[in-house]
Amino acid sequence: MNLTLKIWRQKNKSDKGGFKDYKVSDVSKDMSFLEMLDVLNEQLSEKGEDPVHFDHDCREGICGMCSLYINGKPHGPLQTTTCQLHMRSFNDGETITIEPWRATAFPVMKDLVVDRSSFDRIMQAGGYVSVNTGGVPDANEIPIPKRIADEAFDAATCIGCGACVAACKNASAMLFTSAKISQLALLPQGQVERKERAERMIAQMDAEGFGACTNTGACSIECPKGISLTNIARMNREYFSAVVSSENV
Amino acid sequence: MILDSKIPDGPLAEKWTKHKFNIKLVNPANKRKYDVIVVGTGLAGASAAASLAELGYNVKAFCFQDSPRRAHSIAAQGGINAAKNYQNDGDSVFRLFYDTIKGGDYRAREANVYRLAEVSVSIIDQCVAQGVPFAREYGGLLANRSFGGAQVSRTFYARGQTGQQLLLGAYSALSRQVANGKVKLYPRTEMMDVVTVDGKARGIITRNLITGAIESHSAHAVLLCTGGYGNVFFLSTNAMGSNVTAAWRAHKKGALMANPCYTQIHPTCIPVSGDHQSKLTLMSESLRNDGRVWVPATVEIAEKLRKGQISPNDIKEEDRDYYLERKYPSFGNLVPRDVASRNAKYVCDEGRGVNETGEAVFLDFRDAIIRDGEDTIRAKYGNLFDMYQQITGDNPYKLPMMIYPAVHYTMGGLWVDYNLMTNIPGLYALGEANFSDHGANRLGASALMQGLADGYFVIPYTIGDYLAQSGYDKVGADHPEFKKSEKEVQDRVQKLLSIKGKKTVDHFHKRLGKIMWDYCGMARTAEGLTKAKAMIKDLKKEFWTDVNVLGDNEELNQSLEKAHRVADFIELGELMVDDALHRNESCGGHFREEYQTPEGEALRDDENFAYVAAWKYLGEGQEEELVKEPLVFENVKLTQRSYK
Ligand SMILES: Cc1cc2nc3c(=O)[nH]c(=O)nc-3n(C[C@H](O)[C@H](O)[C@H](O)COP(=O)(O)OP(=O)(O)OC[C@H]3O[C@@H](n4cnc5c(N)ncnc54)[C@H](O)[C@@H]3O)c2cc1C
Ligand code: SF4
Ligand code: FES
Repeated sequence: MNLTLKIWRQKNKSDKGGFKDYKVSDVSKDMSFLEMLDVLNEQLSEKGEDPVHFDHDCREGICGMCSLYINGKPHGPLQTTTCQLHMRSFNDGETITIEPWRATAFPVMKDLVVDRSSFDRIMQAGGYVSVNTGGVPDANEIPIPKRIADEAFDAATCIGCGACVAACKNASAMLFTSAKISQLALLPQGQVERKERAERMIAQMDAEGFGACTNTGACSIECPKGISLTNIARMNREYFSAVVSSENV
Repeated sequence: MILDSKIPDGPLAEKWTKHKFNIKLVNPANKRKYDVIVVGTGLAGASAAASLAELGYNVKAFCFQDSPRRAHSIAAQGGINAAKNYQNDGDSVFRLFYDTIKGGDYRAREANVYRLAEVSVSIIDQCVAQGVPFAREYGGLLANRSFGGAQVSRTFYARGQTGQQLLLGAYSALSRQVANGKVKLYPRTEMMDVVTVDGKARGIITRNLITGAIESHSAHAVLLCTGGYGNVFFLSTNAMGSNVTAAWRAHKKGALMANPCYTQIHPTCIPVSGDHQSKLTLMSESLRNDGRVWVPATVEIAEKLRKGQISPNDIKEEDRDYYLERKYPSFGNLVPRDVASRNAKYVCDEGRGVNETGEAVFLDFRDAIIRDGEDTIRAKYGNLFDMYQQITGDNPYKLPMMIYPAVHYTMGGLWVDYNLMTNIPGLYALGEANFSDHGANRLGASALMQGLADGYFVIPYTIGDYLAQSGYDKVGADHPEFKKSEKEVQDRVQKLLSIKGKKTVDHFHKRLGKIMWDYCGMARTAEGLTKAKAMIKDLKKEFWTDVNVLGDNEELNQSLEKAHRVADFIELGELMVDDALHRNESCGGHFREEYQTPEGEALRDDENFAYVAAWKYLGEGQEEELVKEPLVFENVKLTQRSYK
């Protein structure tokens, strides 16, 4: 296949940035999207031009490091991560537009690389159970119904990629935040800190500059791990009951 | 040079308890006077950083990804072992110890492995308390499965995403300590060197991957939890950024590198589809429980298949060679990883490979589907089948899967004593970065166990012993040794940027990978290794005269990042070859064709090679010195592994 790529280039955080067109030829259908970009970068490097910078690591759809807004969709046309997207999803002669995630809370660092440390700070605000190493009960002393464990697992599979934010017209981080709050709200281990957790994580989410949720559901449709909107509903309940009975007001 | 492994004396089962009692403690109020650097935030690093911060130490944690949660541990699929014996099927600490020693082909230290088995039970408790959603039975208790041919069910798992869930647990504990102000995080930061002052590790030099700033960080102790070096082969199942740089720089500062040639090649990976390939994807080992491995019985049929003239389903039963079932009637398709991998290579070398490149064998579910029905197979392996189809475009319910072995794990690593300290005082290595527990071959589901054992339950004790004896005085980052190391790092950066040759960094990495795979991969010979050594030497020269590293230091520069890593891989490659060449025996993942039993199995030489080969760097261009740590077996009898 031969393709035209329209790629966002931006030297650094303060640069204005803009699109640039590139041609790549001999793209095989078996290549992953990132391997196609590798081919482009080898070509650019051979010509002495700065390669296109993008984030990636595991290339197995699990680390959450890859991103890319492809033809107006986070992670491209399929409900999967960019690293798991293959070129057989595109046609010969096509023009593909590639942009970084766009959100105030995800500033662009270079080309397609953005800073998602705001997600880490949301986790630091309460995305844990406060237990120290050692001195915990035997694992089987905390029986958990399979249905609950499975539901918690579904929420826990979030890879922290940020596609939900990129998909949302308000750049809201509700799906990401609610996935962690739900996981721990469902499990007995999470009960003790349940209220403060919801309050603190949501406060941090707001402080980072993520937008409000207007229930469009775009996040869940684009989420590569299929994190469900019920998590947002659960988070809203958690938050509401937390503020009603909070000692912090 | 004599290596002291500091194994406590006394009976095996009492060593760790006794040791914990005998080692020195740091008074709780004094812990805050110590600074500890943790490089790496995978299972080993995140668990260590969180646990040390909980104890009161001041921790700085570094990783090259944009978040600690993305360390390569996240990708582990199958599960984690622990000797809980929840299934009442005869498991015990001693059995897990024994299986690990035997699986490692008797090339690991008994005392370390026993401790690993002993603390394995606490790991599961810890993870559950953190909220890790392990698989459960309907009664609400934890589920187990048997993994990698083990005869007991001791593997805990979270669907096919165990590493992810364990890492997110450790990351949550780490995040809590960041919030408490006890851990300072440095993501997108690459460690470039270790700094020693008066022979002790006192800090590191880093490069900020966004700004390019070269910086010094000082501390009382440094922990390297930087993972494995499988990417020396270019193609592996490791994440793209996995590298040897941190370990290699420590090696060049005097830390010994142990058993570098012990590499694990995993039998069930998706085959290479072309030159564009950037990494290989593992298909879980569990598939071998129901899939049957085969190739055509003759080269002629294989050729027709490769040319696309026939489909695999056209091949008649008598024209199929289920070679594992044929050669190993009792274990069949479930032989250990090294045996399965090697046999795939043999049949492909004979010209019976089944894909265009000739490097693939079939893993066929036809009979399982006929026996159990498609729905049952879908329930068991649906997500794996989907992943396979997404990557290859083939439907494994209709056509047999194609698989081929790929580099997966490195048992070798920095030499450490029983306390996980390298031979440089104050410098520790944890997780896949050290060599300690898996001998010449690692059992499935044991790497996750080791990473968390090291980080949660070993280092919090053993580091105290060192710190209690080392005094509080700080060495500032303005100490001349730091300035000197910073300058060295800067010079190296400038050197790489100024070569301005004609070939890209990836070009060299691919060539190195091919040399390593061809001569230091699944089967090795003295002749091939000798040839490889010369080739790597030439490659190194060519790299330093003809590589083209673009851009500047003062920016996000992925080509420069890679250049540093590839330069180190080239040097490591040469040492791996030396190690493989000197070990005139076959053991576990190290198979020297000259040393095999009449049936073609690995032939150990316990009389001459029951030792850890630790290598000492002596200077640029010099051959490294071999230092041996003899292995003493007091609790297990050395036997020949047999899977017939
Ligand atoms: C596909 C796959 C599946 C696997 N499945 C299983 C399984 O089911 N069960 C099992 O037990 N094992 C499994 N393994 C093996 C296991 O995942 C690893 O051995 C283990 O996770 C390694 O953990 P670690 O903490 O030592 O290192 P890693 O998780 O690799 O972490 C390394 C850390 O070091 C950092 N780092 C590295 N170099 C530098 C540097 N120069 N400067 C700064 N930071 C640096 C990285 O940023 C990262 O944070 C699997 C491996 C693979 C590849
Ligand atoms: S909720 Fe989905 S889209 Fe959002 S960060 Fe998690 S995995 Fe990515
Ligand atoms: S690179 Fe890890 S999810 Fe895509």
